[in-house]
Amino acid sequence: MNAAPPLLEAEHLALEFEIARSGEIFVAIRDLTLAVARGSFTVVVGPSGCGKTTLLRAIAGLIPCARGRLAIAGRPVSGPGDDRAFVFQSPALMPWRDVLGNVIYGLELRRVPRAAARARAEAMIGLVGLTRFARHYPHELSGGMRQRVNLARALAVDPAILLLDEPFSALDAQTRETLQLELLRIWGETGKTAIFITHDIAEAVFLADRVAILSPGPASALLDEVEVALPRPRTAHTRRDPAFFALVDRVSACIGRIDPLG
Amino acid sequence: MAGDRVTTVRVSSDPVPAATIAASLAPPRPRRWLARYEGLALKTAGVAGVLGLWELAVDLGWGDPTQVSSPVRVARAAYVYLGTAQFVEDIAASALEFAAGFGLAVAVGIALGFAIGWFRRLELLLDPIINFLYAAPRIAITPLIVLWFGIDLASKVAVIFLMAVFPIIINTAVGVRSVDGDLRDLARSFNASDWQTLRTIIVPSAIPFIVTGLRLAIGVAFIGVVVGEFVAATAGIGFSIQQAASSYQVDQVFVGLIIIGFAGVALTEALRRLETQLARWKAR
Repeated sequence: MNAAPPLLEAEHLALEFEIARSGEIFVAIRDLTLAVARGSFTVVVGPSGCGKTTLLRAIAGLIPCARGRLAIAGRPVSGPGDDRAFVFQSPALMPWRDVLGNVIYGLELRRVPRAAARARAEAMIGLVGLTRFARHYPHELSGGMRQRVNLARALAVDPAILLLDEPFSALDAQTRETLQLELLRIWGETGKTAIFITHDIAEAVFLADRVAILSPGPASALLDEVEVALPRPRTAHTRRDPAFFALVDRVSACIGRIDPLG
Repeated sequence: MAGDRVTTVRVSSDPVPAATIAASLAPPRPRRWLARYEGLALKTAGVAGVLGLWELAVDLGWGDPTQVSSPVRVARAAYVYLGTAQFVEDIAASALEFAAGFGLAVAVGIALGFAIGWFRRLELLLDPIINFLYAAPRIAITPLIVLWFGIDLASKVAVIFLMAVFPIIINTAVGVRSVDGDLRDLARSFNASDWQTLRTIIVPSAIPFIVTGLRLAIGVAFIGVVVGEFVAATAGIGFSIQQAASSYQVDQVFVGLIIIGFAGVALTEALRRLETQLARWKAR
């Protein structure tokens, strides 16, 4: 695992943005060094406001880096690229397009020929289990189904890195657990590199190969990294594994140490 | 997906009380009929009531029919007027003015609205002027427009354009600015060009706002038609109202009013249908 060079590297990365109203500079991430191996599942956890989403947006190329280095496959990130796709916290679906229309969107923007794009989109809709709903509009779908569309749209452009910004945070507990299993299945089948943001520690441990813990914001830094060596494929039984609880405790303790009020 | 559905079933698997089932199986018929036609019945009753009271009041001698007319007199006047060549000339003149003025307002308003919504600096540049003109009673400028454009078609087109263009500009700009930030990010994350973002995200998001602007614009455009013709015209429905009033033909005034009213209702309804067509994806 350590033999191959990491797919994504952050070295002493700092992320800042200007607050539009006051013109102040807000430091979201002060100093972050992180390496993500190709094909791995990395989860970034941290309390609300710790800059998790800012980090993911920087990796997506939506915001620039203030200092330090952020590189993918050895090349600095300078903007959005074909090698990454974003799965949004809100489903961010176009309400005027049906499921197929939403999933095909990225392919359409990249001018993939219509027939090929359609075949690809339909395959991804099948992968997330929505074939029967391809012609449904977002308002006709449940929250969980909308997030499946969100995921299928990102997968459709066949990115090397899948960036997931708390995609399950607005779902009810049962749907969330179902989708976590689905995500792991799809990740296993497609071999993508996944970077997943959440504030749910159990979710982080359940999904991850490695959990990166950020300190509370502003000006967050990497607090600790926890390797999750639980066997794959992970199932509902994994959640009852004592080793799972031990890891959840470890991550909780790490966050709890610095933020006793949660 | 299978998981989601299982969840749904589990949540809603409480036994349904037998009484509820019975009630949902056999709804009382008359009540459902009433519910379906209640709206229409009340609307009809409202219109009929007002017309009836009006006619009754005049028949009972509470008002002078040469001053306040009455539904029967209006209907009689309408029957005569609708058969004349004058009616055809009037309606053609007003329709042409409306089509030209409103069409121009739509073209300019949507284009300018997009530009203002998209380019922040252009918005700042034009904001005070547009806000002033939007809030001001623009109709007051009509005499000046007649001075500039004469009494022919051009002056009416200019008045209607001025009335209608601002609601379209403002609503279009608001529509462009209120596009969901996540959808903008979505387009950017896929490396969409500005043109692609405009076409796939901004335009579809702005359409409901534009339609609202058009609806407001129709109302004020009709005011433009009438006032424009009041001030200077040789034909038109507004002109016919003006002529009738100055020669004490009150029945004829009401005929003109009703024609304009119906035209407004018809156009607004047409727009509502267009809106439904454009928003087929919306929850009904």
